[in-house]
Amino acid sequence: MPHNAKSTASVGLNVAVLVSIGRHPLTARTRRADQDARAVEMALTLEGASVSLLHAGQQEHEHEEAIRGYLGMGIDTVSLIQQQSQADVVPALANALRTGAPQLVLTGTRAETGEASGVLPYLLAEALGWPIITGLAAVEKVEQGMATVLQALPRGKRRRLRIRLPAIATVDSSAPAARQSAFGPAKRGAFEHLDATSEIDEALAAWQVQPARKRPKRLKIVKSSSARDRFKAAAAKADGGSGQTLSDVTPEQGAEAIFKLLKEEGVLR
Amino acid sequence: MLDTLLPILLFSALALAAIGAVRRVRLWRQGRPSSVPVIKGLMQVPRRYLVDLHHVVERDKYISHTHVATAGGFVLAALLAIVVHGFGLNSTILAWVLLAATISMFIGSLLVAKRRSPPPSRLSKGPWMRLPKSLMAFSIGMFVVTLPTAGILPEGILQSGVGWIAAFVLAAIIVWGLGEMFFGMTWGGPMKHAFAGALHLAFHRRPERFSDGTGGEHRSTGLKALALDDDSAKLGVEKPADFTWNQLLGFDACVQCGRCEAMCPAFAAGQPLNPKKLIQDMVVGMAGGSDAHYYGSPYPGKPVGEHAGTPHGPIVNRAGGALVDAETLWSCTTCRACVEECPMMIEHVDAIVDMRRFLTLEHGNTPNKGAEVLDNLIATDNPGGFDPDSRLHWAADLNLPLMADKREADVLLWLGDGVFDMRNQRTLRAFISVLRAANVDFAVLGTEERDSGDVARRLGDEATFQSLAKRNIRTLSHYRFSRIVTCDPHSFHVLKNEYGELGTPEAPADYHVQHHSTYINELVVAGKLTFKAWKGGSVTYHDPCYLGRYNGEYEAPRDVLRALGIEVKEMVRSGYRSRCCGGGGGAPITDIPGKQRIPDMRMEDVRETGADLVAVGCPQCTAMLEGVVEPRADIKDIAELVADALIIKMPDEKATQSKAAPTVSRTAEEVMP
Ligand code: SF4
Ligand code: SF4
Repeated sequence: MPHNAKSTASVGLNVAVLVSIGRHPLTARTRRADQDARAVEMALTLEGASVSLLHAGQQEHEHEEAIRGYLGMGIDTVSLIQQQSQADVVPALANALRTGAPQLVLTGTRAETGEASGVLPYLLAEALGWPIITGLAAVEKVEQGMATVLQALPRGKRRRLRIRLPAIATVDSSAPAARQSAFGPAKRGAFEHLDATSEIDEALAAWQVQPARKRPKRLKIVKSSSARDRFKAAAAKADGGSGQTLSDVTPEQGAEAIFKLLKEEGVLR
Repeated sequence: MLDTLLPILLFSALALAAIGAVRRVRLWRQGRPSSVPVIKGLMQVPRRYLVDLHHVVERDKYISHTHVATAGGFVLAALLAIVVHGFGLNSTILAWVLLAATISMFIGSLLVAKRRSPPPSRLSKGPWMRLPKSLMAFSIGMFVVTLPTAGILPEGILQSGVGWIAAFVLAAIIVWGLGEMFFGMTWGGPMKHAFAGALHLAFHRRPERFSDGTGGEHRSTGLKALALDDDSAKLGVEKPADFTWNQLLGFDACVQCGRCEAMCPAFAAGQPLNPKKLIQDMVVGMAGGSDAHYYGSPYPGKPVGEHAGTPHGPIVNRAGGALVDAETLWSCTTCRACVEECPMMIEHVDAIVDMRRFLTLEHGNTPNKGAEVLDNLIATDNPGGFDPDSRLHWAADLNLPLMADKREADVLLWLGDGVFDMRNQRTLRAFISVLRAANVDFAVLGTEERDSGDVARRLGDEATFQSLAKRNIRTLSHYRFSRIVTCDPHSFHVLKNEYGELGTPEAPADYHVQHHSTYINELVVAGKLTFKAWKGGSVTYHDPCYLGRYNGEYEAPRDVLRALGIEVKEMVRSGYRSRCCGGGGGAPITDIPGKQRIPDMRMEDVRETGADLVAVGCPQCTAMLEGVVEPRADIKDIAELVADALIIKMPDEKATQSKAAPTVSRTAEEVMP
């Protein structure tokens, strides 16, 4: 795979990438997580940036093999914050980030194992008091503590944003695909073990975890005679009908609107 | 004058040659170590030359005669010249023999000159064009200078009057001849092939390739395993000096005859690969310099003179512009046509895979779908990324006996990754109906089977290959069977020739493996199958590289076709010269563009025979050839042809099982409305 185009003007930028253990959807074998790998790819294409990898979890052979998948992308070391299996990794990660003081933290939108709620970046942002941006598609430039980035929106749209650093950014599958992981560097890459106290996640311990069931998909029946119509139907925006765009509102008004919607949909009771 | 000059010339040429030889040997020794039996190897040279090498050379009768006359004449003439003129042994008999030798050499050089006027495109020009003249210079010079010794001319004729001038001219001619033949041999002239070639025969990295007089097969085609457990070692070949020294020696032996080029399907398709140039580039890299002094056909689409390298510099740069470009290495289908054809017994495929190993294992730079296929192999044990638990879904109605249930069977049927391909499923069904018709006791591994690792290995991913192979070996060690039969020549080759090295004392991996055509042939010979008469049109047969050249099985498929009543209309390129379908070595995955597609060229070969149908024996060949646009000959696997012709007589209650046999051969044509 050709390497993705280099972004310029990020010399001296300190980037930390949070990586997790992935899980293949068919065989459940551990691997590098797809979105996290894209985050690493994004970091590696920032020219001149120094990239460090951070993983909080258990030191296990199988996990180590999966983490080596990131090392194979051409990274020398990954820092491993040791945590017990029932631990909430947010405090440990927040501590490590506070000490490491990177300007930019990249990570996947959600993990492939564990809770995989996708909330971790938000919790970290909250703990650190840093802004967060989702769906990062490219970092265009970094100057004077501000980054100009592209955010991916549905259907290939992009939005240019300027954010104050340090910040946390998550990437999803709209970010460029990760480069191949090579066996040699993966095998030779080193682990730097960091000790940290594990804060046991009481709530999680009380949960009962079971494999998700496939939910039936609602079929969209398109009655149309011509291929053109069918194509249009397939490519058309999924319209919920009752959508509403709010602009120039205060955060409170926005939150109010979301709260209302969640109630309507029965998510909150 | 000549009496004193000649020994001086001879011995100084020899001395210079010796110095050159030392320098050349030091170039080779830059390579990684590789232990060889030195004395034994050197002793073997005459036999390896006269028997094995000559066997290859003889495929071209013209050049074989030429070479015997020239090389034989030269070796004899050179030895005698040293004795007669160097040491001044005044023997008339020896002088006569020397005359005869120079005449033979002269005739040879005439033939060389004729072959080169004008030179076919596969031959190199440049210094090679002067070679016939140099040969003539040596032979004529030695001839004339020996005439007095033989008593044909009076002694001293060259020392008076006109004789002085003649002597002067003669001396100049001899200097030219000696320069090319002795000095050039070790200083990089065209005659280098004789020096390096002889040593290459002695220290070849695959001594198993040479016959030893006891008969039997002498084939060595399996790739050699790469040690993966050494954490500090670089994997694969990055720089010319990363080859083993005897590989470097082998490259240096190339005579630029271009036979490999003429056979290479990638070259013919206009992909940027020419095996001859590749070997020359390795020589350039080994000695350091640029390819500007290469006078043969370039890599298609890549002008000569833009690439350079050093022994300790990278062969491939990410950005290109080093010794070779990555796409050159990824164009190869590993069809081995070049190796089969090379009179110097050079191992192109080993070298290419060595360099691919570095690109994949160290650079992580497998092009196009390569990375995806390798990731799939790692995560799902098959290149398509299918759910491994769905391996037997296609056979839900066949009730295949599983090894896990039976534990033991005569035949272990290795299905291969074709199970995920609808076209190949037809072949597998056909073969299973044949097995059932012959009442064979067989079983399959089912979901316990994994990809054999063939593609991973050819793509340079030795780690994934070894992981797959070791797990397969472990699985196989749980069961008892007398042979493995498979419809896939790639799995066949890997199981037969490449797993052995990875076996352990607890789970040895030396299996008796057969291709389905070989096995069907055995069943036919044993009278277990009866066939209807063949009513179809004319048929040709395409030899899969991994069955033919890799494993020497040319006859069994043809025997089976004959048993069906089919007379095979052979293509011009068949048997050991069969042209690849383009499907091997991961080439469809790396998909390097050329001017045309290899399968199209192969179907053109088929069309030339006028055959209505081409019989194949490999899922890759089937897929590649069927991908060629119509109108073209039909493509059928041997198993399908056999199944179509089966007469099933099964009186007992098992008859119900035979339902799976597709006995109806479709004769109706599809009619377009
Ligand atoms: S590699 Fe072999 S076949 Fe090819 S040009 Fe050299 S000697 Fe001839
Ligand atoms: S193996 Fe086949 S494709 Fe590769 S260089 Fe040799 S002839 Fe060409």
